[in-house]
Amino acid sequence: MNRKNHTRLIKAEEKIFIGVMRMATLGIAAVLMLIIVSILVNGLPALSWEMLSQTPKGGFYFGKEGGILNAIVGSLYLAVGSTVMALFIGLPVALFMNIHLLNHQKLVNTIRFLLDLLWGVPSIVYGAFGFTLMVYMGIRTSLLAGIITVTLFIIPIMVRSIDEVLKTVPRGLLEASLSLGSTRSETAFRVFVRQCSPGIVTAILLSFGRAIGDAAAVLFTTGYTDYIPHSLSQPAATLPLAIFFQLSSPIPEVKARAYASALVLTIIILIISISSRYLSRRFEKNKIKF
Amino acid sequence: MDSNTEIDIRNLNLHIGKQQILKDINIQIPKNKITVILGPSGCGKTTLLKTLNRLTDMYPDIKVVGEIFIDDIDILSYKGDITQLRQRMGLLSQRPYPLPMSIFKNVAYGLRISGRKEKKFLTKPVEHFLRQASLWEEVKDRLRDPASGLSIGQQQRLCLARGLAVDPKIILADEPTSALDPVSSQAIEEKFLELKDNYTIVMVTHVLRQARRIADHVVFMYLGEVVEQGPAKEFFENPKEERTKAYLKGAFN
Amino acid sequence: MRKYFKIKRGLRNTLNHNWMLLALIVIMLLPILLGLGLYIKSEVLLQKQSLWHVLFSSNWKPLAGEFGLLPFILSSLWVTFLAVVLAAPICLLTAIYLTQYSKKYLLRFMHPVIDILAGIPSVIYGLWGILIVVPFVSHYVAPLLGYQSSGFTVLAGAIVLAVMIIPFILNILIDVFHTVPDELLEASLSLGATRWQTVKKVLLRKAYPGIISAIGLGVSRAFGETMAVLMVVGNVAHIPNGLFSPGYPLPALIANNYGEMLSIPLYDSALMLAALVLFVVVMLFNFGSRLAIIRLEKNM
Repeated sequence: MNRKNHTRLIKAEEKIFIGVMRMATLGIAAVLMLIIVSILVNGLPALSWEMLSQTPKGGFYFGKEGGILNAIVGSLYLAVGSTVMALFIGLPVALFMNIHLLNHQKLVNTIRFLLDLLWGVPSIVYGAFGFTLMVYMGIRTSLLAGIITVTLFIIPIMVRSIDEVLKTVPRGLLEASLSLGSTRSETAFRVFVRQCSPGIVTAILLSFGRAIGDAAAVLFTTGYTDYIPHSLSQPAATLPLAIFFQLSSPIPEVKARAYASALVLTIIILIISISSRYLSRRFEKNKIKF
Repeated sequence: MDSNTEIDIRNLNLHIGKQQILKDINIQIPKNKITVILGPSGCGKTTLLKTLNRLTDMYPDIKVVGEIFIDDIDILSYKGDITQLRQRMGLLSQRPYPLPMSIFKNVAYGLRISGRKEKKFLTKPVEHFLRQASLWEEVKDRLRDPASGLSIGQQQRLCLARGLAVDPKIILADEPTSALDPVSSQAIEEKFLELKDNYTIVMVTHVLRQARRIADHVVFMYLGEVVEQGPAKEFFENPKEERTKAYLKGAFN
Repeated sequence: MRKYFKIKRGLRNTLNHNWMLLALIVIMLLPILLGLGLYIKSEVLLQKQSLWHVLFSSNWKPLAGEFGLLPFILSSLWVTFLAVVLAAPICLLTAIYLTQYSKKYLLRFMHPVIDILAGIPSVIYGLWGILIVVPFVSHYVAPLLGYQSSGFTVLAGAIVLAVMIIPFILNILIDVFHTVPDELLEASLSLGATRWQTVKKVLLRKAYPGIISAIGLGVSRAFGETMAVLMVVGNVAHIPNGLFSPGYPLPALIANNYGEMLSIPLYDSALMLAALVLFVVVMLFNFGSRLAIIRLEKNM
């Protein structure tokens, strides 16, 4: 076909696709709005001071009174506990990879690859594994079992996120520190961590968000209860399971607790997402550009 | 417009964000000659080149004001089909960028996107342009092989053949030999000397010796401004500006 | 005094060093431990029935000792496949638009949108699914196609899953597209191609391995997703025979029945085997996709 018609066809095709692409992009933003709005619409009416400050009375599935304090506290205990443990294990490993193993790039890359693989393992597999461990070690469903399982689940996230931040520290800084007489470990903690602290905080927030939102890993291991646990060996309620278990109840007050839990959880996640975005932008601005 | 001028750049000012990259550029580029744009690295030469075929449209941060006349049309305010305009010019970059396809398809690319897709119409032109770029003998047996398998010197010649295949009048070259070994560099320079009879060549370089070797006309730029321009002989033997003299002595390198 | 500090420092150093090494070893062993743990528990069942039988039988009657996993495997495949078919084109189109066409500020605006979507927990997606997607399928889609449906279907599961994996795939695609050098696209434009022609013939071609990997990673993410799908997919243990039939993917199977797990003989073993299958499939997809991405980066 001649040149002019060909050009017309090309332009028409381009115009159509641009329209479709715009719709796709807008669609994604619209879906987010839809999700947040539907949670708000159902959750706000259910929210009240009693809801947030009391545990369910009369059993979480049937009891009409009380609130979701058990889930809020349980989730916080679980998420904080596992994030702290993951930090204790993950931060040293990430530092190790970037400082002590600097000359073994192949090994470091293998570790990164393994961690990326682990990151992709679904949380229910961790849950099933955690359950096997529990049975093996003779622990009952408890906060401790949950913390261990969730820690395993978020370790790859914690390590890789911190690793990504540490990777950006230029070699010159390491050399400068070492030539001042520090050991590698001291360099790790006093220099790298300080330089990367906003990024590390972002990694912590990210891991915390995953820990508090996950249901599949705690399903088998933490159990569920109406009460706030007083020791690690007691089962604990978590917000995701609070939603899951109470949503299908025929009693509207119980359902309301599910919606309230959903709202609380969503708000927590929104706060985490926004603050970590904010932090990483601050990080970019204040970083010394080498 | 003077009939010996191929490109007439008037009062060109270019900003990237808040920074001014090109200041009051006025250049007349002569037909069928090799015009070398000379200057130390980072003074806006590449940006100027990219403005000539409006590649700068790709970057929303870039604001261009001024006029660039080619064939009595101001390409900066041209509202028509920009792709046709671009085909009047061929671009050779610093590093060769072969398209992710076979050698044959690389050269044929310009023709195919204009609508000529039948193979029978393509084989002859592809051979012709590969010969023009002195690459035919080396690749004639492996036209279907991916272009990425060629050596870097061959790739640059491929990019040249590809650029010539759209039948431009002007060849824009951005430091085309900087990534090449001396032998391939020389091949490209010799090619330009052959081609100038039929094409107008605008070449950016920061290598003084290369400019001395092949330039007919020189434009010296420094920090986004045109310092001096004129026929090569005059430029190198009788520079008028202080900065030009300093540059020729090696002050800015 | 100095000597005291020197000793303390040396000790701290060694302790740190050893701790790091220990933690590292634990992490490296984790995949093996996971697989091994699950395998050991599944062995009990595998000793009594062949793997082949369990994977390919559609007879699921735990009380009678029949643990055919086929309906669940097929459900998983259905839901995953549909979700990817829905999500992949949207992600591709959006990634192309954001990296090639739109102004910079739109990409910056979409980043938090994508991050938030990626961070929303599975149960919230499930809740949203129940509130919006299930009625949508039941009141609009099904009647449109001449079916009657409660909405708790494979389609609903696929829609919810698609929305969940979109941010994941999109982020990877945006990164992949950014690895294609601007100069290559400029070369195509200089030859007179339009933007769209450049996208089709240069960008997509060059990024092809990355696109496949992104989709591969999306598949593995979708395959392992538990809560959201469980809440909308119907949970009926038979082989799904259409968009509007309920399904019962593997993760849902494991999640729903952990309570009865220990009371019926071999049930726990079967569920652990299901978890092992899930683990292996996801690992394989992840392995292949990530390897491809590494090779892509090397070639750039």
